[in-house]
Amino acid sequence: MTRYIIQRLGESAVVIALMSFLIYALIGLMPGDPIDLMISSDPRLTPADAARLRAVYGLDRPLLERYLSWAVAALGGDFGNSRLHVRPVLDVMPTFLLNTVKLMGLSFVISVTVAIPAGVYAAARQNSRFDHIVNLLCFAGISVPVFWLALMLIIVFSVMIPILPASGVGSIGGGGVWDAVRHLVLPVTTLTIFSIGSYTRFVRAAMIEVLRQDYIRTALAKGAGRARVIWVHALRNAMIPVVTVVALSFGTLLSGALITETMFAYPGMGKLIYDSIMGNDYNMALVTLLFATAVTLAANLLADIAYAWLDPRISYGGSEGVRP
Amino acid sequence: MTALPPALIHVRRGMVTLFARRFLDHRLAVASAVVLALLALLAVAAPVAEWALGVDANAVSLAARFLPPSATHPLGTDELGRDLLARLLYGGRVSLIVGLAAALASAVIGTVIGLAAGYYGGKLDIVLMRLTDGVIALPLLPLLIVLAAVDLTKIGLPEALARDADVSLYRMVAIIALVSWTTVARLVRGATLSVREREFVLAATACGAGPLRIMTVHILPNVVSPIIVATTLSVGNVILLESVLSFLGLGIQPPIASWGNMLTGAQELIWSAPELVFWPGALIFLTVIAFNFLGDGLQDALDPRAIAR
Repeated sequence: MTRYIIQRLGESAVVIALMSFLIYALIGLMPGDPIDLMISSDPRLTPADAARLRAVYGLDRPLLERYLSWAVAALGGDFGNSRLHVRPVLDVMPTFLLNTVKLMGLSFVISVTVAIPAGVYAAARQNSRFDHIVNLLCFAGISVPVFWLALMLIIVFSVMIPILPASGVGSIGGGGVWDAVRHLVLPVTTLTIFSIGSYTRFVRAAMIEVLRQDYIRTALAKGAGRARVIWVHALRNAMIPVVTVVALSFGTLLSGALITETMFAYPGMGKLIYDSIMGNDYNMALVTLLFATAVTLAANLLADIAYAWLDPRISYGGSEGVRP
Repeated sequence: MTALPPALIHVRRGMVTLFARRFLDHRLAVASAVVLALLALLAVAAPVAEWALGVDANAVSLAARFLPPSATHPLGTDELGRDLLARLLYGGRVSLIVGLAAALASAVIGTVIGLAAGYYGGKLDIVLMRLTDGVIALPLLPLLIVLAAVDLTKIGLPEALARDADVSLYRMVAIIALVSWTTVARLVRGATLSVREREFVLAATACGAGPLRIMTVHILPNVVSPIIVATTLSVGNVILLESVLSFLGLGIQPPIASWGNMLTGAQELIWSAPELVFWPGALIFLTVIAFNFLGDGLQDALDPRAIAR
């Protein structure tokens, strides 16, 4: 097991290294470069000045060379300054990260708390009216465009019935905890609607699979109560694949958070990524994108480890790990 | 095609009826198929509607901004005085074309990768599957935003071509296909692994069939149902990705209307004209949910485990 984890960590490191080069190269291909930005803010610069500046900043060097010098600095903990925030990149990130953790954490907890009972109940009464309604709602949640959902919620709850704020994390001048909570309601609702449908479907599908198994029939035959069989025997086994797919869908949740944060002007990691890409903030874009990749990879790794840990039948002892 | 013996014709017809009966049982899927056919028809008929109403979907008229619904403008006009209905119809064209094209392209990429990995196995399989896992693990939307923001002139495209609105359409198809082939690749690989060991493949090998022939003639037809289901389901996802990128101003470029870019300025409209915000998103929602129900229905109907019904 330890060997498997080390091997996977090594693989993740390779993926991160490859991604950092890919993102570095892609960001170099985006419109404008730092010198263009300087020229646009200072009209006195001549083309000769621009060429000299390019040489000073090393922008005339080949891509691989520039990447390597960035990578060496990054490995030493120097990720450069943010152009938009005029501060070191790593100083800017923590507040944004905390906001995202709040948003994603809250909506994740709410989603799971609703998805498990709804999915289990729908699976236990397959093809009942309840099952059909849950199914319909799940498909609606999966299919709704997040940015439009956010716009609709703003129109209903901030414009037509103005009871909730449409953007930000707090009123100007600060309004205490209650104010902060009010600002979280719409973003959390949006992200929850986005994720709850697929979670419920995961739970339902896993439960249906488990309820078909022989040991469920055995448990029922031995006289265990139906509720006990469903909520204890079946649910515990159904949770194994659910934990995995939920962890694997972390990247999707992150994408949903990016849209949600942008729509509600919520200062989280998603909005930070989007703003830095759109605002030519190269250092910031690079670091935040890599961070998002690393977290997604970590979630995937956790999914695989949890899978092995929850299901005693699986062992990753061999030289070639069995992929779930 | 050579004529099949009568007994086999019977079996084939039996399978088709079985499929049709199971599909028709899934009422939501049937309704979705009807809705999608209708949407496709409307998208095709967009120029006709434009002509019948006597409007131009792209004609900006500042005198005619925010007009209420009327006989010439059944849904009114938008913030630039363009007919909303005509733009919605043209937007549907773009969403459906991008959705279908990108889903098909990713199905082709996924099928080739999955077949190669499953059939050849060994090192190639390990490399291809690690690549697939790697792509699955990426945060897709941020990556797509970067890919959509790349300046095409910097990779050697002529200025005029890079700024062309039509090119934005091809580019959407290309970058979305580039990241969404993974589901099909995994499914095809899994199916190929089991089909590869069957006797008829062995028989074909014994008859001297080469790898390419075995993969295309003997394996591919047996893995086609999961491909169809996954592709149908991915159309909905692709439409969602296209609409969000276009909404952010990175996808389909104006003057071409797409349901996503019709909402680009929506945040300023929520106070003055919320009804303009409603329609494009509602149509995205309807189309995506219809593709998802359709995929679900096909999955039930094509599921080999559910033969007895």
